[in-house]
Amino acid sequence: MALTGVEIFKLLPKTNCKKCGHPTCLAFAMKLAQRQASLDACPDVSEDAKKVLGEASAPPVRPITLGTGDKAVKMGEETVLFRHEKKFVNPCAFAVEVKDTMSEADINKICDDVNSSEIDRVGQKLRIDAIFISNASNDAAKFEAAAKTVAAKAPAAAIILGTENAQTAEAAVKAVADRKPLLFGANDSNAEAMAGIAKANKIALGVSAKGLEALSALTEKIKGLGVEDIVMDSGAKTAKEIINNNTLIRRAAIKKNFKPLGYPVITFAQRDDVMLETLIAVACVAKYSSIVVLSSVEKWKNLALFTVRQNIYTDPQVPMQVEQKIYKIGEPTENSPLMITTNFSLTYFIVSGEVENSKVPCRLAVMDSEGLSVLTAWAAGKFTASKIAQFIKESGIENEIKHREIIIPGYVAIMSGAIEEKLPGWKVTVGPREANALPAFLKSR
Amino acid sequence: MAFVEPKESFAGKVYQITIGSDKTAVFGGENALPFLTVDGNYPNKPVIAFEIQDVPPTDWPDTVRKAYENVSGDPVTWAKYCQNELNAQAIALRLVGTHPDRENRTAEDAAKTVKDVLAAINVPLIILGSNNVEKDSVVLVAAAEAAKDKNCVIGKAQEANYKTIAAAAMANNHKLIAMSELDINLSKQLNILITQMGFDKERLITDPMCSALGYGLEYTYSVMERIRLAALTQNDATMQPPILADVGMYVWKVKETQAAEADVPNWGNVEQRGITWETVTAGSLMVSGAELLIMRHPEAVKAIQKFIDELN
Ligand code: SF4
Repeated sequence: MALTGVEIFKLLPKTNCKKCGHPTCLAFAMKLAQRQASLDACPDVSEDAKKVLGEASAPPVRPITLGTGDKAVKMGEETVLFRHEKKFVNPCAFAVEVKDTMSEADINKICDDVNSSEIDRVGQKLRIDAIFISNASNDAAKFEAAAKTVAAKAPAAAIILGTENAQTAEAAVKAVADRKPLLFGANDSNAEAMAGIAKANKIALGVSAKGLEALSALTEKIKGLGVEDIVMDSGAKTAKEIINNNTLIRRAAIKKNFKPLGYPVITFAQRDDVMLETLIAVACVAKYSSIVVLSSVEKWKNLALFTVRQNIYTDPQVPMQVEQKIYKIGEPTENSPLMITTNFSLTYFIVSGEVENSKVPCRLAVMDSEGLSVLTAWAAGKFTASKIAQFIKESGIENEIKHREIIIPGYVAIMSGAIEEKLPGWKVTVGPREANALPAFLKSR
Repeated sequence: MAFVEPKESFAGKVYQITIGSDKTAVFGGENALPFLTVDGNYPNKPVIAFEIQDVPPTDWPDTVRKAYENVSGDPVTWAKYCQNELNAQAIALRLVGTHPDRENRTAEDAAKTVKDVLAAINVPLIILGSNNVEKDSVVLVAAAEAAKDKNCVIGKAQEANYKTIAAAAMANNHKLIAMSELDINLSKQLNILITQMGFDKERLITDPMCSALGYGLEYTYSVMERIRLAALTQNDATMQPPILADVGMYVWKVKETQAAEADVPNWGNVEQRGITWETVTAGSLMVSGAELLIMRHPEAVKAIQKFIDELN
């Protein structure tokens, strides 16, 4: 946890000289505690105090960027344990494993799968972010060749080089250093050599230890060797170990401000059973991994994992909204029914799902109501007769359909007269209150 | 800096519930967040119930309908298949055919189905209405009577109909599912209303409403997580009943479980996609707090069972 105002105050000069722009040192300390001021504003603060305060004000999970360009992977910077408290910051990266013992054709195939993995979902472009190249051969030339192949064939993917052998690591890292790869595989026995390579190439280092005590000691050691960008593997393999270790790591970092575990986590989810692997990845997404290594990237599996990551990393404070427009469900003709609802994503999903179930082709007008559900939007004056009338007129729907009938949600039946007044020539029909009554309602028309 | 395990222990505990009268199933009872065994005990694995219905599943998409092709014509054969061939720990019979917009079967029809199914199986039975609040309050009363003393789970009681359904569950010695819509305060309020009728809070199961992956899953996820936190950290007894995730019904109506690969080549094989959708939805909700899950596809259940084995 960050320092309190009083704790910070004890470290300040206590002269109340006002040079920082605040009336007293205590007032300044309070602002610092709330992160509304920067320590630089006080010219007289001691070096010691700077060090203590600097460390305390650093984010509890160190921010680290992997790869380059607009598809670089950002990790760390998390501030909470539960997503309802505050948005989870950096969505975890999915990496697929390539072994340097594979044929070039097989490696190319995986690169192609990664390159074509991008899917657009609710306005976000989602993809497999990285390729983990493991040095299964333990041979330097093969490792370097695989790294070069991946770098050439998958130009946008972040690269992770996995080896515990500093000798084989050297050439591979050099070959793709401009891609800012992550070198993974430092442990207690190879720490010096691996840290040396990471430092020389200015890249992040992935470290691995069995258990959190050994892991803390290892990150301290690596930091002592001059590498600050660290990604950690706690040795967790089973779902239970992953949930327990990752939770303890996140708690230690955020609640205890325990720096040796304040780094992003990498988890190896590979399994022979693809469904089990998918579920392990789900546990990693929900419970705090920053990189999840997979053995395969089937399209259906990608879609499910991308979606669960998107769901978990959604901002809980901003209601998810869908775009204001008239959505076609099925293949509506110029005589198909027209319905209207608000743009709260859950409202939209539920209503459109039920309309789909009815198998009656329809148009669903989704009106921007700042992400509020029907009743709330109506109560807040965002879903009113005049706004609905304006939306319908401006949408151009009158040129697309022959009829002039609009179905409104049962909860706002009270508006039907007012809408008819504002939309001359239109007839308002009151639909059901709950979406699950829509199939019957539509079929019976 | 030496590492000290930041363990947490909680004053509160989730009620442990046993269902069934011959073979039984037990869930709940933990004093820790889901699978966080460093903090406390997680004595029982989540229980998965196979969903069947009183009428043939004509509205289920192909992938999951095919899995029951030769058995789903009548609920008794279907139930036996789930128990004997799929090793179901529990069966969830949804009386969807009683819905006025569907076959509109009567309460007597429903009671007979319940009796027939109970006679054919020895695993616990969960009896669900059609989610029509008026009809459910008649159908579930008849169903609860037909299953008297079999220690079934009756559901779902909602704000609009909880009185009759809770009274019937109480009179016939069943457990009860209380469902409200995606709001921790509504869940709490409904549990309070039901216990104020004299219903034992240790016989309640909370259903905060399920959502499918990609269709509001994060809402259900967070409501479940908040219910568990309230139960454990605040020792809030009204939030301590186990949580139900009624997964199959929500999953098998979304686009991702039905759209043909030809129409969405980026989404891959439709069967594997559908099964994965149910699996991932169930897995996520287990991680956020569900102890009882209702699912449809045998392959999805199999995957979840393996996941559960790794979590314990
Ligand atoms: S500038 Fe520094 S010493 Fe002066 S009042 Fe502000 S905090 Fe205190």
